[in-house]
Amino acid sequence: MNKNLFVSGHTACAGCGQSLAARLVIDAGGPNTIVVNNTGCLEVFSTKYPESAWEVPFIHSLFENCAAVASGVESALKFLGKKDGINVIAQAGDGGTADIGLQALSGMLERGHDILYVCYDNEAYMNTGVQRSGLTPFDSNTTTSPAGKQSFGNLRPKKALPEIAVAHGIPYVATASVAFPQDIQRKVKKAFSIKGPKYMQIHVPCPLGWRHDSSLTLTVAKAAVETGLYPLFEYENGQLSAVRKLTQAKPVEEYLKMQGRFKHLTGAAEEIKKIQEIADNNVRKYGLRDQVSGN
Amino acid sequence: MFGPLISKPGSSKNNKTGSWRTEKRPKYLQKNCIACRMCLLVCPEACIEGEGKNTYRFDPDFCKGCGLCASVCPKQDIEMVKEEN
Amino acid sequence: MKEFVEGSHAVAEVVRQCKPGVISAYPITPQTHIVEDLAQFVSDGKLAAQTVNVESEHSAASVVLGASATGVRSYTATSSQGLFYMFEVLFNIAGMRLPVVMTCAARAVSAPINIWNDQQDAVSLRDSGWIQLHAEDIQEAVDLHLIAYKLAENKSIMLPVMVCMDGFVLTHGIETVDIPEQAMVDSFLPPYIAPYKLDPAAPVTMGPLVDPEYYTETRYALQETHKKVLDMLPQITAEFAKTFGRKYNGLVEGYHLEGAEKVIVAIGSVCGTIKEVIDEARAKGKKIGMLKVSCLRPFPAQQIYDALKGASKVAVIDRALSLGSTAPLASEVKAAFFGKKKAPSVISSFVVGLGGRDITKDSIREVIKLLNGRERNGEFIDLKPELLKESYE
Repeated sequence: MNKNLFVSGHTACAGCGQSLAARLVIDAGGPNTIVVNNTGCLEVFSTKYPESAWEVPFIHSLFENCAAVASGVESALKFLGKKDGINVIAQAGDGGTADIGLQALSGMLERGHDILYVCYDNEAYMNTGVQRSGLTPFDSNTTTSPAGKQSFGNLRPKKALPEIAVAHGIPYVATASVAFPQDIQRKVKKAFSIKGPKYMQIHVPCPLGWRHDSSLTLTVAKAAVETGLYPLFEYENGQLSAVRKLTQAKPVEEYLKMQGRFKHLTGAAEEIKKIQEIADNNVRKYGLRDQVSGN
Repeated sequence: MFGPLISKPGSSKNNKTGSWRTEKRPKYLQKNCIACRMCLLVCPEACIEGEGKNTYRFDPDFCKGCGLCASVCPKQDIEMVKEEN
Repeated sequence: MKEFVEGSHAVAEVVRQCKPGVISAYPITPQTHIVEDLAQFVSDGKLAAQTVNVESEHSAASVVLGASATGVRSYTATSSQGLFYMFEVLFNIAGMRLPVVMTCAARAVSAPINIWNDQQDAVSLRDSGWIQLHAEDIQEAVDLHLIAYKLAENKSIMLPVMVCMDGFVLTHGIETVDIPEQAMVDSFLPPYIAPYKLDPAAPVTMGPLVDPEYYTETRYALQETHKKVLDMLPQITAEFAKTFGRKYNGLVEGYHLEGAEKVIVAIGSVCGTIKEVIDEARAKGKKIGMLKVSCLRPFPAQQIYDALKGASKVAVIDRALSLGSTAPLASEVKAAFFGKKKAPSVISSFVVGLGGRDITKDSIREVIKLLNGRERNGEFIDLKPELLKESYE
């Protein structure tokens, strides 16, 4: 059995989707992997001095620069003639990727570095207290897009970050979900078999921020996929090459009702309809169902 | 010269997060296990071990009682029971 | 080998000879020629480095951080707005004890935007933990880069070094420069061997979260290391003199300090102009001297005290401001004398040459004239009062 490369003793919340995903990613990457991590929950709960949960070389610098620091690591390895045989991962949360980290990510992708970028998407700035990010879904209740008497929460849809990555002309882009752990590892291994910049976005529920029981992390994640709200797909060299098909697209309510961050939508038929439309659009756009009409 | 602060790999194992469990802990029935390894795969604490049917077990020093292993077992061979301590 | 060459090209040449493995920079006037030259060296196979053309200075600094953390000698260059854009990364590099070397082509900062030379950018980074060296002329700019790498990579130092050269004045000025031979550079500057690095063969975690239990001691250690630099830098410049024949003190350089009643303290290329004025004054029997501060961080308080304690009046020239308070260099020079028995009777602060306004010999003569019994606090030389008459009110 392969040695665990992300070990016990870290201080993630019980049932943290991101901690599981990070573990799956590095185990798939293997011991010859260097990890560059932005500030965020993952870095905070896995590297509080003097304890580190990482059995591979790991560096944390700032909130927005893992893609740039990783570019430096990769360039140094190339200079040393050691790049072949060493994987480089740059990883961050959704805030650190889609918002403050977008510039560095774009530069890294554009320059063609041989790096896998992993975005752990828990759909808000969780480490600082659940503030909204560019990947916070429509109508989500966060502390800076709170639901209230005059608001249903976050006004904007998720930024289409995978498509932004595709637009950079990189060889591999994939979305994944912690609900399908083997799929995550398959995609990571596939990414590392390809030279050049790769982007992976992994949906990771946050029991604290999304307000669900820690035992439901995988259930909630699965529902996101099965409603079509979080489509799982792969783009290779700019072409949509694979999707996870749905035998039936579950109604979005089944996903929303499991989470406290959508509690305010109970009975708000118009809002739920809007969210259903997002799901339906995904089903159509990515061909998640074999039939022409959704559902 | 003191610093820079650099941590040793895997040193988080000094932190026994098993003390976090106040409500539930997993119980591995070890009856119907098919050794699918899903429990081991989904444990965020990497504290499940096993090799072969009905051998899987969790490490109480680190288990936080999240219940994900129980939620994925296809044979319902893991139950979440009340934490004793 | 002596060449009549533009400052940027000379610096690029010496950086090439230092053999950095990773170079990453973002274009900003007046640093551009340095980085362009290095890119051309790589294209022509004269330098085996990875050049990373980043999308911003924040990323440039981050790239060299990552490369240095992987155990590879790295280099960047910037100015003004670029330096400020990498502000947080620079504190990060110092705190992580990575021996990055950077050229800062000193330039004024926005607003208003001004691409010409003063020292506001570099001086504003004095809190960062970086060692900060300033060149008076192109030769010194070249030599300081060799000294910088040797100092930075010393196992008991492990601090990043910023080599500052006045933008346009030194970057685009053309002087006769002795460009070192590669063999001499190699003998002075051995390859970098990192005491800690990212390597799957020996994994470590760098840049951890640190709580109040540990943070203070890391900052104390940085402070203690800066004290060590005060001893080590003159040792390295002495070694430099043995190899290359050019002598630098490293911390401060006196000029005609013997018996000087009035002394001007300054940083950078203005020292060349000051020297000429002093030569003329001394020829007329006036007892005037100059103290050049070559190293701003660590601040050589003891050396400044020793050099100036016998002077009657001191004029400190600042080419930067600490808006709202005493000009930065003046503030620190004055502090060096507090509580001491021997001190000049007057330490006057002058602000000269902001935003590229030419500092002429007349400007220096004006400073000398105003250096009298009345202490000046941030007196602006060559100010244009007619401009100040305009107002929105």
